[in-house]
Amino acid sequence: MVTSAISRRQRETRDSVVIRFAGDSGDGMQVTGSQFTLETALAGSDFSTFPDFPAEIRAPTGTTFGVSAFQIHFGGTDVMTPGDAVDVLVAMNPAALTVELRDLRVGGTVIVDTAAFNERNLSKAGYARNPLDDDSLAKYQVLRFDITKLTADAVKPHGLTSREAHLCRNMWALGLLLWMYGRERTATIEWLNRKFAKKPTIAAANVAALNAGHAFGETAEMPEHLVGYVVPKAATQPGRYRTVSGTEGLAWGLVAGMRAAGIEKMVFAGYPITPASAILHTLANLRAYGVVTFQAEDEIAASGAALGASYAGALGVTSSSGPGIALKTEMLGLAIATELPLIVIDSQRAGPSTGMPTKAEQSDLFQAVHGRNADAPLAVIAPTSTADCFDIAIEAVRLATKYMTPVIVLSDGYLAHAAEPWRIPSEAELPRFPVSYRTDPEGFHPFLRDAETLARPWVKPGTPQLEHRIGGLEKDYDTGHISYDPDNHARMTKARADKIAGIARDIPLQDVALGDDHGKLAVVGWGSTFGAIYQAVKIARNEHRDVSHIHVRYLSPFPRNLGELLKRFDRVLVPEMNNGQLVKLLRAEYLVPAEPLSKVTGKPFRVTEVVQEIRKVFG
Amino acid sequence: MTVTTITDAQLAPKDYASDQEVRWCPGCGDYAILKAVQKACAELGVRREQTVFVSGIGCAARFPYYMSTYGFHTVHGRAPAIATGIKLANPELDVWVMTGDGDGLSIGGNHMLHVLRRNVNLNIILFNNEIYGLTKGQYSPTSRRGTKSPSTPQGSIEYPVSACAFALGAGARFVARSIDTLQTHLIATLKRAHAHAGASFVEILQNCVVFNDAVFEHITGKEVAADAQIQVEHGKPLLFGKNKEKALRLKPGKLELEVVPAGPDALVHDETNRPLAQLLASLEPPFPAAMGVLYCNPATPYEREVVVEHGGSLDALLNSERTWEVGEGEGGGL
Repeated sequence: MVTSAISRRQRETRDSVVIRFAGDSGDGMQVTGSQFTLETALAGSDFSTFPDFPAEIRAPTGTTFGVSAFQIHFGGTDVMTPGDAVDVLVAMNPAALTVELRDLRVGGTVIVDTAAFNERNLSKAGYARNPLDDDSLAKYQVLRFDITKLTADAVKPHGLTSREAHLCRNMWALGLLLWMYGRERTATIEWLNRKFAKKPTIAAANVAALNAGHAFGETAEMPEHLVGYVVPKAATQPGRYRTVSGTEGLAWGLVAGMRAAGIEKMVFAGYPITPASAILHTLANLRAYGVVTFQAEDEIAASGAALGASYAGALGVTSSSGPGIALKTEMLGLAIATELPLIVIDSQRAGPSTGMPTKAEQSDLFQAVHGRNADAPLAVIAPTSTADCFDIAIEAVRLATKYMTPVIVLSDGYLAHAAEPWRIPSEAELPRFPVSYRTDPEGFHPFLRDAETLARPWVKPGTPQLEHRIGGLEKDYDTGHISYDPDNHARMTKARADKIAGIARDIPLQDVALGDDHGKLAVVGWGSTFGAIYQAVKIARNEHRDVSHIHVRYLSPFPRNLGELLKRFDRVLVPEMNNGQLVKLLRAEYLVPAEPLSKVTGKPFRVTEVVQEIRKVFG
Repeated sequence: MTVTTITDAQLAPKDYASDQEVRWCPGCGDYAILKAVQKACAELGVRREQTVFVSGIGCAARFPYYMSTYGFHTVHGRAPAIATGIKLANPELDVWVMTGDGDGLSIGGNHMLHVLRRNVNLNIILFNNEIYGLTKGQYSPTSRRGTKSPSTPQGSIEYPVSACAFALGAGARFVARSIDTLQTHLIATLKRAHAHAGASFVEILQNCVVFNDAVFEHITGKEVAADAQIQVEHGKPLLFGKNKEKALRLKPGKLELEVVPAGPDALVHDETNRPLAQLLASLEPPFPAAMGVLYCNPATPYEREVVVEHGGSLDALLNSERTWEVGEGEGGGL
């Protein structure tokens, strides 16, 4: 029987809390975190999550490089980042403790499974002595529970093997944490019953472990220093909400964009690569929405099939991460030369080369904007949050089809996996930008340009009397036939550049996310760093510093007022998860003395890192 | 652009020619292939607006510019991938891939492998001249050992790939071979390829007059052709020679062919037999080169197995998991 989540005991109030679940990659920490997120969402808190897992699928048990972690920041105030410092660390083994402890704030809580702190695990984690037995954890509040035994006791009636029983430990820990923060268990129980529908014993055992963890907090067994907390609901716009990851947002946004454009079919072609594959997986389930997914033989073929689909009148989309985008470069050139719509989603990860596949970076900006042979301009946009992924995908469809151009969407490994609450838009409130395929043979040639957008007509093969040939060779401006004429090439190069530059007239002016439109310091970011920069600027403004936050969503072309806006600030600071890319584009474009703030650790910015840099600027 | 009102039923070969001047070298075998394709299209009554010629890079890849159909001249080796995307977007289109030995078997070898294995309904025509023409004469993956070229001045030390054997190995379900100068045979072969549902692969031995002239002379030469070629036909004995006096048969007790005088024990061609097709595709002198449909064994094309539906409710999708309502004035905090 599920009892009310409200404890009989007194609960303390917290504005917001950061919890990190950490354990072996086989300990189910991502699942634990996701379920805690769902229960938190249903309880009405705002939240932001950060899954951080190793590249190894199943690293050897107990090793530090096999530690998988899931962080959630939730609360009643506007939560925009996964949180700088961890308040509660759940460490399922010594390796998790040694890897994750550095992020725990002084005075924070560590919850450990004492049974996992055996000699074997300690030595694998590099501990000479058991940290639970000395004063090395004195700065923290350590809650020691024999979670292994407590779980085994709870699942005993279900007759599991000891290995199966061990796998239920995460649900015990989840149950305890749900109790601590006054969350329900209903959605998790439903989820377990669904997930293990074919293994009812396993489902029942997991539910038993979950309930036991919860009851452990609730009952007299609870140690005195384990306290329950109340975290208020967040103030949010009325409406229907759900959790959304960047991956889901992009996938659904593409479908919504296709609808908005009135395009019948999307051909999404991808090749497996971390962390971009999740978009392929999500779309593979959407064939009821006119979506065809194609797992190609390589990245090149994926981009080729997407471009072929666009040529035939469908919405061609391809997706990858940095190394895969590099392989698509040649096809992007063809898409630019033949002026066909193509959407390319880049889930950026740490590089160069294979780099750190599961770690996020923003280091493909140069590749997206400039990384092709010859003068080959295209549009580049970047979502600012997981919730923005939906809107940015729709915008990518709009720009690609209206301007007959490839559009690169720069997401990253953090946005791909992170989750946030999202107000679900209704289909009726989505934009409409219907495409019109050319059918009129009168005066037609394939590179006839629209006077306003400079876009060429989109013709579906199958249209009578519009048969024509296009390709990567230079075309004559006036007839669309092959041309090697020098002046014509200059004219066509300029036309391609002017077309992309003209998009600036069709996108919103650059706004200021926080602060005035002039002043001493502008902190300029792009992509997934929005939350950290916003919070940092907010803190600095509370310290009465004259600082504003500008976040650039359109990276090629830039909004037409961006240069003028930046020039109204004495200094410009550009935090980026790369070695300084936007900062150079801004300097090159506007001759502003922008200064870099680079972070290339594969982890998102902490708010404090940006705050400290802002304080330095003010001396 | 000229607007034509002629109906497709009446089209003559010349109506499949575009208004662009053909710019292959004088005497190039590509002219004969272009003529054969245009003739095949006319005989088949191909609808120009429903037809797309896709190519990569190379001499053969100029082909689409010379057809009055839709055409897409793409990047080196990638035509099969682009053509696959076209078929996924619109399975009703009649799509041809025009490629060469460098484009289709070297830089695009991987795409060729996968498009054949997937069995996308495409007519894939590979112009094999055993040389890189457009880049001025380097040896190609089908060049024979010892081929002297600017990049192999001492002669190539590589073993060539057999285009048809490769296609069969990749799982192609239609594999045929013809020759640029063999017009009647070529047109008939192209028509069979077009009729085949699924990926059809046709290798055409094509003479490059500039960089590799007469490289197929030992097969195509007037004096030797009858003995150096064997025209295979389904259900017919495998006979060749001026008076069809020679036959192929299986060497008793071995999985290999031998030449014997024509007689009742001549092997009968079965185009649905893949091992036999492999044996025929791999024949090298002193055996005759096999011409015609080596293998034809259709299965449902890839794009016909792709299921896509329309009209799913977006509202239903977005509300598909756990959701929660926030009403006016609800929520605490700020």
